Amino acid sequence: MNNDVRTIVLAGVGGQGTILVSRVLTTALIDAGYDVKMSEIHGMAQRGGSVSTTVRYGKKVESPLVGKGAADILVAFEQMEAVRSTPVLKKDGIIIVNDYKIMPLPVASGKAEYPDNYIEELSKVFRVIAFNAGQAAIELGNARVMNIILLGAMVEAFEMGRLDWDSALEKQVPPRYLDINRKAFELGRSMARADNK
Amino acid sequence: MKYFMSGNEAVARGLYEADVRVGSAYPGTPSTEIFENLHKYERIYHEWAPNEKVATEVAYGASIAGVRAVAAMKHVGLNVAADPLFTAAYNGVGRGFVIISADDPSMHSSQNEQDNRHYARAAKVPMFEPSDSQECIDMLREAFDVSERFDIPVLFRMTTRVSHSRSLVEYSEPLNLEPFPYSRNPRKFIAAPANAMVHRVELEEKLKGLAQYSETSPFNVIEKRGNKVGVISAGGAMLIAKEVFPEDTSFLKLGFTHPLPMNMIRGFAESVETLYVIEELDPFMEEQIRAAGINCIGKDVVPLMYELNPTLLREALTGEEIASHEVNAQAIPRPPVLCPGCPHRGFFYTLSKRKNVIIAGDIGCYTLGGSPPLSALDSCICMGAGFTLAMGMAKAFEQFGEKKTIFGVLGDSTFFHSGITGAIEILYNKGNVIPVVLDNTITSMTGQQDNPGTGYTLMGEIADIVSMEAIFRAVGYKKIFNVDPQDLDAMNRTIDEAIVCKEPCAIIVRRPCVLIKRIKHERALCVVDRDKCKSCRRCLAVGCPAVFFKDGKATIDPNLCVGCTVCMQVCPFDAISKEEA
Ligand SMILES: Cc1ncc(C[n+]2csc(CCOP(=O)(O)OP(=O)(O)O)c2C)c(N)n1
Ligand code: SF4
Ligand code: SF4
Ligand code: SF4
Repeated sequence: MNNDVRTIVLAGVGGQGTILVSRVLTTALIDAGYDVKMSEIHGMAQRGGSVSTTVRYGKKVESPLVGKGAADILVAFEQMEAVRSTPVLKKDGIIIVNDYKIMPLPVASGKAEYPDNYIEELSKVFRVIAFNAGQAAIELGNARVMNIILLGAMVEAFEMGRLDWDSALEKQVPPRYLDINRKAFELGRSMARADNK
Repeated sequence: MKYFMSGNEAVARGLYEADVRVGSAYPGTPSTEIFENLHKYERIYHEWAPNEKVATEVAYGASIAGVRAVAAMKHVGLNVAADPLFTAAYNGVGRGFVIISADDPSMHSSQNEQDNRHYARAAKVPMFEPSDSQECIDMLREAFDVSERFDIPVLFRMTTRVSHSRSLVEYSEPLNLEPFPYSRNPRKFIAAPANAMVHRVELEEKLKGLAQYSETSPFNVIEKRGNKVGVISAGGAMLIAKEVFPEDTSFLKLGFTHPLPMNMIRGFAESVETLYVIEELDPFMEEQIRAAGINCIGKDVVPLMYELNPTLLREALTGEEIASHEVNAQAIPRPPVLCPGCPHRGFFYTLSKRKNVIIAGDIGCYTLGGSPPLSALDSCICMGAGFTLAMGMAKAFEQFGEKKTIFGVLGDSTFFHSGITGAIEILYNKGNVIPVVLDNTITSMTGQQDNPGTGYTLMGEIADIVSMEAIFRAVGYKKIFNVDPQDLDAMNRTIDEAIVCKEPCAIIVRRPCVLIKRIKHERALCVVDRDKCKSCRRCLAVGCPAVFFKDGKATIDPNLCVGCTVCMQVCPFDAISKEEA
């Protein structure tokens, strides 16, 4: 049994930037000396499908993937993807969710409606930190750093602040975007802190 | 120095370290990234072959000629390559020859979840099964040694989670081998009956030697802890078993899984009170272990379909369902869709409006033409079958005098893979079928690989494009229609003309995939005039993810739309217009 192994699941829609987050995350964990395994399901080449990445770390990690009821934290880049992935969470798991909706085809074509109560329902069962990271990113000056804002929030909520995030960002983000990504990361942390109060 | 890499990247590294010099593959999830990573290692010649049989034969030829060689493919690719595999096992190899098969439990991106371990038994070849990235590197080196020592091709079986999971690896010094000098050896390499009779006997001898090797292979190891419970497992399932069973469990970890080390297994079984065999998919090891008279717990509790994970295994072992905290909300499915601006859209939209047509499809992005709202496919089974299923249907309908228009539809990569023989079949045996190639000038489904129609090789060289038109003509098709699917009028006209055409005809629907990086794509934006929109919903029928309804009117997401105008062409009220970007 690997009781000391922690599991983080990132869930989103193709093209939302989960890959960069998983790179920064695993870099920081490896640099801190953890054994790390990561598994991704990226669906098909077409854009717009659900994607999910599992990152596991600890002294020694065996399985790269988990089943339901096993993850400590879920970082969802989109509301519906949060709901889709909740079965993977442990009872006392945490959800960081981007308060944002991407319409799946059945909704776009009027065959289904996108419910308005997702975050409310999630909050009844889990500790949920929800905010509109996309809007925050736009206000920061680049819509694409939404992903790193979510990473910052996760780091705060999951108390991973002692890892060397600055160096991990520097290793994974192209130099000309480093500054804005650093700001995004800090913003994410402060948003999670605010949420905690 | 440690590197964090996927199993596929590690396989590429392992091929380099083992001094492989020739590699041939056909793309297919989850195997594709192996060859996409070979460009890092300059000395390896590597290519995309038109199909897996070709890839396997090319690699085998290189092995005969004296260099280490590899062929790689997804699991169903080995069905295509089975013919050379079975006889290469008889003939034996020159320098080491390894065939990599990546299976896809849970069918993340496949049409079935066949367990290719059975091929090792059926073809009588040795097999390795790595469980993580480090083993991908280390086992490959051993696999080539085994291939040379026992003069036999080796099967290297991966699964999606091994290929696509990342873990830490360390490199070793790459080998630098001399090629084996070539000399003609007809008795060995000409598989005529008289030689095969001899090879058949030799093969059984090789298997006996391999069974002995299996008992001492550095990749078959016992980790003895307690005497109560013992677990035999292999590949990705091994890691899951290690995670789930308690600490005092003993393990027999198998990396070399055909032939099985039956003495080792027997000894291990006798050393524990209860023996488990934990496998993903079929009871491949379990059946052999039971046949040897060794009792074990296996598929009576462990699921025999879908990918295994620690929760499923825990539930299987305890018989208790692990509670998961279902939220009182349901996620709506988010099926993959054709991209905004996808060239396949115009073709399927046009056919979706036709009555009394049969559309035998195939595997590729265009399989999504069968999903709502387009829903314009009757069948899809395996690569190449778009043409040939159509042929069989045509002959069946003729039996009953039923009049239908039958299209056989496949993509460019699929045409070169196994469509050409179908095109010959339809023409020569006088099928009442219109073959259609959806030529988006790339192999898209697997992430935009080159193929003989694109003009580039995997190593980045420019090559002469193989002309489908010329192939159709050479086969004997008298009329070849060429049409841009983004022009719906032209698309409609072409379908009309092909239906009434008295001579054998074929249709080439040509426009590049919007995700090809090399090409500069024209980008524009279509917008809806809300005053003109009559809410007729016609534009939704093209199935573009950029078009949706908002407050009762059609709306186009400017972040997604690329301005292909297909939705604009179907709007009966001119409510959609194009703005130049
Ligand atoms: C025998 C076999 N090999 C490989 C695959 C994986 N695969 C599925 S579709 C496809 C290629 C499709 O390319 P193309 O026909 O050009 O269609 P596109 O996706 O570009 O529309 C491949 C390689 C498979 N399903 N079967
Ligand atoms: S990847 Fe290319 S062929 Fe596939 S759906 Fe997208 S545009 Fe179409
Ligand atoms: S087809 Fe034209 S009129 Fe009909 S809903 Fe779409 S935009 Fe409106
Ligand atoms: S023009 Fe219409 S069909 Fe084409 S990408 Fe834009 S919204 Fe989609």
